[in-house]
Amino acid sequence: MFDHGILERHSLLLVVGILIVVAIGGIVEIAPLFYLESTIEKVQGMRPYTPLELAGRAIYMREGCYLCHSQMIRPLRDEVERYGHYSLAAESMYDHPFQWGSKRTGPDLARVGGKYSDEWHRAHLADPRSVVPESVMPPYVFLEKNELRFDDIADSLRANRIVGVPYTEDMIANARADLIAQAMPDANGVDAFQKRYPKASARDFDGDPKRISEMDALIAYLQMLGTLVDFSTYKADAPENRR
Amino acid sequence: MNYETISTFATSWGLVYLMVLFVGVAVYAFWPRNKDKFDKAARMPLEEDDR
Amino acid sequence: MQTEAHAKNDPRWDMLFAPAIFVVAFLLAFVAAAKSPEPQMQIQAWTFLAATALVLVWWVRRYAEGIPADDSSPYANDVIKAGVIAAMFWGIAGMLVGLIIALQLAFPNIFYFPDLPFTNFGRMRPLHTSAVIFAFGGNVLIATSFYVVQRTCHARLAGGVWSWFVFWGYQIFILIAGTGYLIGVTQAREYAEPEWYADLWLTLVWVTYLLVFLGTIWKRKEPHIYVANWFYLAFIVTIAMLHIVNNLAVPISWLSTKSYSAFSGVQDALIQWWYGHNAVGFFLTAGFLAIMYYFIPKQAQRPVYSYRLSIVHFWSLIFIYIWAGPHHLHYTALPNWAQTLGMTFSIMLWMPSWGGMINGLMTLSGAWDKLRTDPILRMLVVSVAFYGMSTFEGPVMSIKAVNSLSHYTDWTIGHVHSGALGWVGFVSFGALYCLVPWLWKRERLYSTALVEWHFWISTIGIVFYITSMWVSGIMQGLMWRAYNEFGFLEYSFVETVAAMHPYYVIRAFGGLLYLSGTLIMAYNLWRTARGDIRLAEPLALKPQLATA
Repeated sequence: MFDHGILERHSLLLVVGILIVVAIGGIVEIAPLFYLESTIEKVQGMRPYTPLELAGRAIYMREGCYLCHSQMIRPLRDEVERYGHYSLAAESMYDHPFQWGSKRTGPDLARVGGKYSDEWHRAHLADPRSVVPESVMPPYVFLEKNELRFDDIADSLRANRIVGVPYTEDMIANARADLIAQAMPDANGVDAFQKRYPKASARDFDGDPKRISEMDALIAYLQMLGTLVDFSTYKADAPENRR
Repeated sequence: MNYETISTFATSWGLVYLMVLFVGVAVYAFWPRNKDKFDKAARMPLEEDDR
Repeated sequence: MQTEAHAKNDPRWDMLFAPAIFVVAFLLAFVAAAKSPEPQMQIQAWTFLAATALVLVWWVRRYAEGIPADDSSPYANDVIKAGVIAAMFWGIAGMLVGLIIALQLAFPNIFYFPDLPFTNFGRMRPLHTSAVIFAFGGNVLIATSFYVVQRTCHARLAGGVWSWFVFWGYQIFILIAGTGYLIGVTQAREYAEPEWYADLWLTLVWVTYLLVFLGTIWKRKEPHIYVANWFYLAFIVTIAMLHIVNNLAVPISWLSTKSYSAFSGVQDALIQWWYGHNAVGFFLTAGFLAIMYYFIPKQAQRPVYSYRLSIVHFWSLIFIYIWAGPHHLHYTALPNWAQTLGMTFSIMLWMPSWGGMINGLMTLSGAWDKLRTDPILRMLVVSVAFYGMSTFEGPVMSIKAVNSLSHYTDWTIGHVHSGALGWVGFVSFGALYCLVPWLWKRERLYSTALVEWHFWISTIGIVFYITSMWVSGIMQGLMWRAYNEFGFLEYSFVETVAAMHPYYVIRAFGGLLYLSGTLIMAYNLWRTARGDIRLAEPLALKPQLATA
C-alpha cells in the first residue's frame, strides 16, 4: 500500500504533492479558456482604446472605481432592461486588466457611454450629490484641476501591444498626437486620428478647451464604454455564440 | 480542441481521478496500522512546554 | 529538548547576505527615486529607500553589541514577538480604515474631503482590505507559523537571521503597497492591487519564508510532521503559485509604477478570481486552520478530536478549494461550463469545511466546561463556529439561482465579514492571547476580565455588521429585480442606494464595536508584555475546579 509516511518524512514530497493537487484545478479551468474557440465570440466594432481613453481608463483604475461599479451586465431580464444588452466576452478582449467588478454600490457602467452628456459627467464627478442627492460617491473635483500626464502614453500603448492588443507601429508613433487631437477638437490631426480609430469621438470633454485635464481623459473613457459593438449585426443565437 | 472532447474527458477520467484521490486518502487515514502513529502525532502540541 | 547554538567559529553567511539584500534594495530605490520622471514612482522609491535605511539601522543596533541571546536560544522568539506587535499595529490600522470607509458610505456629506483625493473611498478600500488581510492576517500567520513549526519540530528556526529578513521584508511590502494605494498606484485587481515592483519584492520575501519554514522542518527531531504544519505549508506554497500567476504583467518602463496585465478580459477575470477565491481558501482558511489545529488543542490541553479526520480534511480541502473560483463570475461572459464547474466544487467544499469545523469543536468534547471559565478558549471555539457558518453560507451563495440575487450586493460583504471578523479575527485574537504570555514568559494575561469584555463587545459588533449587510444585500437584490404592475422596473438605482442608508449606519456601528474590542485587546497585551498583573483578579483562573 502507498505509504503516506513517506510524504510526512520527506517534506519536499509533501510540497510536491500539495503543488500537484492545487495546480490541477487551476489548469483544468483556466487553460481551455485560451484554446476553446467558443470562449470569445466574433463581433464587429471592437477596436483598441484610443490613447486618451486608455489614459482615462488608467484614472478609472487609479481611483478604484471598480470597487463600486461593475462593467458586466448579466443576461437577466432586469439587468438588460436597466443597463442594456448583456455584456459579451469580446467587449473586454482588450482590457488589461478586466474591470468587471464585484460590487454595485453604484450602478453598472458597462454601457454608460452616451447615456449622459459631458456636462452631466463633469458636474457629477466634481460633486456627485449636486446632481444625485442620495449618492454616496466620493467627489472628484480634483480631476478638473489636474493636468493629464501623458508623456509616457506611447510606452503604455507599447506595453499593451506586448500583451496582445493590436496597436500598430503607426498608432504608437502618433500616440501623443492622437491624444491631443481627441481632446482638443481644434488641434490638427483629427482626421488622421479618426482614420486610426474609426468612429472615435473627438471633442473637448471637460469644457476647458485650453488644456487637457484628467477629467478629459476619464469622461472620454466613460463615454465610449459599451458603444463599440454594433448589436444590429450581432446574432446571439448564431451557433458560434451559443455556449 | 472543442468543448465536447473536454467535457467527455472530464466526466470520465476526471471522475476516476477524484475517486482514486479520495479513496487513497481515506484508506491511508483509516488504515489500522497507522493508528498508533496518529495518536502519537496528535499529542505533539501538548508535549512541548518551554514557557 | 536540545539546544543547538551556532558553533563559535561557524561563518554566519546569513548575517552578511540578508542585510545585503536591503542594501541592494536601498541602492535600487535610490536610482529609481533619482531617475524616474513619474511623481508616484518617486514617492514610492523614496518611501522604499527610507524603509530599507531604517531596517539597516535596526540591524546595526541589534548586532552592534554582540550577538543577542535570542540568536543562540533553543527557539527563536524575538522575531515572533516582532510579528505579534506588527500584527496588532496593522490590525488596528486596518480596522480603523475600515470604519472610516464604512462611515463614508453612511455619511458621505461628512466623511469625504474634496481636496484630499487620498481619502476617497476608492483609494482607502484597498488599504482596508490589504491591511486587515495581508498586514494583520499575514503577520499573524507568519508569527504563529514560526512559533508552531519550532515547537512541533523541536528545532530552532532555520536560516539564522533570514527569518528577520522575512519579517522586515514583509513589513516593507505592506508599507509600499499601502502608501501606493493612497497615491493611486494600483493594478486594479481586487486583493492583488500592489504594482509589479512590490509584487517582485513580495515574491523574494515569500520564497525566503518558504525556505525558512521548510528548512526548520528538515531539521526536525520528530519523524512525523504535525498536521498544522501541512496547512501552513499548503498556505505558503499555494499563495506563491497564485501570487506569481495572477500578477504577471508588463510594466510600461522600469521607472514607472504602471503595468498592464498579461491577460485580458474573460481569461483575466478567471485568473483573478482563481487567485481571489484561493486567497480566501489558502490565506484566510488553510493558514488559520493551522492555527486552529495547534492552539485549540494546546489551550484546551487535549489532543485534536480526530487526527485521521484532519488528514482527510487537509487533502480534500486543498483539492476542492482550488476549483471554486468561477463562482465569483456567475452569469458573466465566462463560459457556462466553467461556471457550472465552479458551482459544483463550491457545494462540495461544504463537506471538508464542516469536517474541519467538527474536528475543531469536538476537540473540546468532555471539556466543554472550559468554555465557561476560559475566555481565550471560548474565542477560539466561537471562531470555529463562525467558520462553520460562513462555509455553509458560501456554498449556498455559489448556487447560481442564489447568486443571481446576492452577487453585486452587500450580502457578499456580509458573508466576507462573517468569515473575516468571526473566523479569521477571532482565531487570530485567541492565538495572540495565548502567544503573548508564552513569548514574554508571563504567568498569565494582565487581565482575563478584559478578554471577556473584548469577546462580548466584538461578538455584538459582528452581529450588527453581518445582520445589517444581510438585510441590505437581500433588500437591494430584490429591489433591483422588482417590477411594478405595468411591467416596468419598480425602482431606479438611486432609490436602492437611498434605501441602504440605515443599514450602512448600523454596519459602521458594528465596525466601531469590533475595533473597540481590538483596542481593549491591544491594551491588555501591552500590559501583559510589560509584566503587569491586574491584582483585582484572582491568580488562579478557576478556583472552583482546583481539585481537578
